[in-house]
Amino acid sequence: MQGTASPIDRSSTIVVAENLVKRFGGFTALNDINLTVAKGEKIVLCGPSGSGKSTLIRCINHIERHDGGRIIVDGVELTDRMADINGVRSEVGMVFQSFNLFPHLSVVENCMLAPMKVRGLSRPEARERAMGLLRKVRIQGQADKYPAQLSGGQQQRVAIARALCMQPKIMLFDEPTSALDPEMVKEVLDTMVQLAADGITMVCVTHEMGFAREVADRVVFMDQGSIVEDGDPETFFRAPRTERAKGFLNQIIH
Amino acid sequence: MNSLDFSILLQAWPYLWSGLLFSLALTAAAFVIGMLLGTCFALVQHFEVPVVAQVVRGYIALIRSIPLILVLFWFFFLVPIVLGHLYGNGRPIPIGATWTAFITFGLFEAAYYSEIIRVGLRAVNKGQFEACQALALSTFDTYRCVILSQVIRVASPIILSQTIILFQDTSLVYVLSLTDLLGAASKLAQLNGRLVEMYLVVAVVYLAISSAASQCVASLRRRYAFTGAHR
Ligand SMILES: Nc1ncnc2c1ncn2[C@@H]1O[C@H](COP(=O)(O)OP(=O)(O)O)[C@@H](O)[C@H]1O
Ligand SMILES: [Mg+2]
Repeated sequence: MQGTASPIDRSSTIVVAENLVKRFGGFTALNDINLTVAKGEKIVLCGPSGSGKSTLIRCINHIERHDGGRIIVDGVELTDRMADINGVRSEVGMVFQSFNLFPHLSVVENCMLAPMKVRGLSRPEARERAMGLLRKVRIQGQADKYPAQLSGGQQQRVAIARALCMQPKIMLFDEPTSALDPEMVKEVLDTMVQLAADGITMVCVTHEMGFAREVADRVVFMDQGSIVEDGDPETFFRAPRTERAKGFLNQIIH
Repeated sequence: MNSLDFSILLQAWPYLWSGLLFSLALTAAAFVIGMLLGTCFALVQHFEVPVVAQVVRGYIALIRSIPLILVLFWFFFLVPIVLGHLYGNGRPIPIGATWTAFITFGLFEAAYYSEIIRVGLRAVNKGQFEACQALALSTFDTYRCVILSQVIRVASPIILSQTIILFQDTSLVYVLSLTDLLGAASKLAQLNGRLVEMYLVVAVVYLAISSAASQCVASLRRRYAFTGAHR
């Protein structure tokens, strides 16, 4: 089912990475990465474990600081010296593999915290927005429970709602279904498909190739810190150009 | 030995009551000062603030290695002399027994609370910090609304246990000639010769208060078993 993707606005880019380099000590985790994400675009990032996928998307909200090249998010270049990194971060939503919900806050409070503290919403406004998004991820009935009382799939949907409450311009997902029991993967993927249909810009690290076929405008394949392939999903899955991509696809299919 | 006679309690009660109130007031004051200061000490170490972190570590190590009773003595006798040299003509400036007790207990407990909070901070999952960063929370809001409030919830049983010990330690103020619950009982016992009755009564009061607090500890543990779990 192709065609859920809404129009991509090529004239406005949300993320531009140029010759991006990231090192951990002597180890080069990202090597000369060039990537552009246009408004409304859905990108699936895949590749073997350790290839630098997490590092790349964590550079986009400056949770990891890059060592070389440039990265521009929503028109602002990220540097170590910048005073207002939180201005950029507030426009970038992130969903983690391990959910990272706040255990001491109820589901709805998890969603209300940042809009109140960062966006300056009043408590009733934040609550209304949170309930709206919890409804969207179909978990409004659990609003007053604590994260530990929910299943993994439910927790991940709350994490998605929490990120959406900031009304970000782009959503980053780092293997959002990898920590889930198999029977819960679908409910989270369904939520993400629905977001994609709403036209949200997304960069998603995932090995769920069904999801990639369904929503991705582009598939980016990484290996050993470099982008090895970058193209439309049909071509990538049907006729990968490189041996490395072929090997990777064989591995996850079998 | 004559039989127990609790009728003396009727006359003794007002004095015991004022002793108990002092013990509770001292516990409350030391708790507030200790928690505020202890949290600051823990954060200073957590952020590795240059120089200050080392000073705080030294202070905590020192306080934890000497008995409270000794700190009380020093504070009572030495601080007036130091103040006198700083602000006066060398003549000691007395600060009074009550102030000595409140300040010393607060400073002393800060070292213990600080260790509890410092260990709690280390146990917070890295993902919690990353989630705060991703949500663009300021460092202040990150610590106030997420990190410290988790640490204090998770550590609340240990904090309360420490506070029970603190409550029992308030009896040490006898070295400053102040009268807490135990002090009141022992003075009365000297007067009326009813040692057994007086010490039995204070034991019951300590037991009642401490076990009520222990009940709180247990219910906090149950409550935060799921709402405050790390990760
Ligand atoms: N904080 C870190 N310190 C040192 N090495 C790291 C750190 N984070 C990631 N790495 C290394 O960088 C490489 C890429 O990691 P990562 O981006 O997590 O890969 P992926 O998400 O594709 O599995 C790995 O070899 C990993 O060991
Ligand atoms: Mg990863």
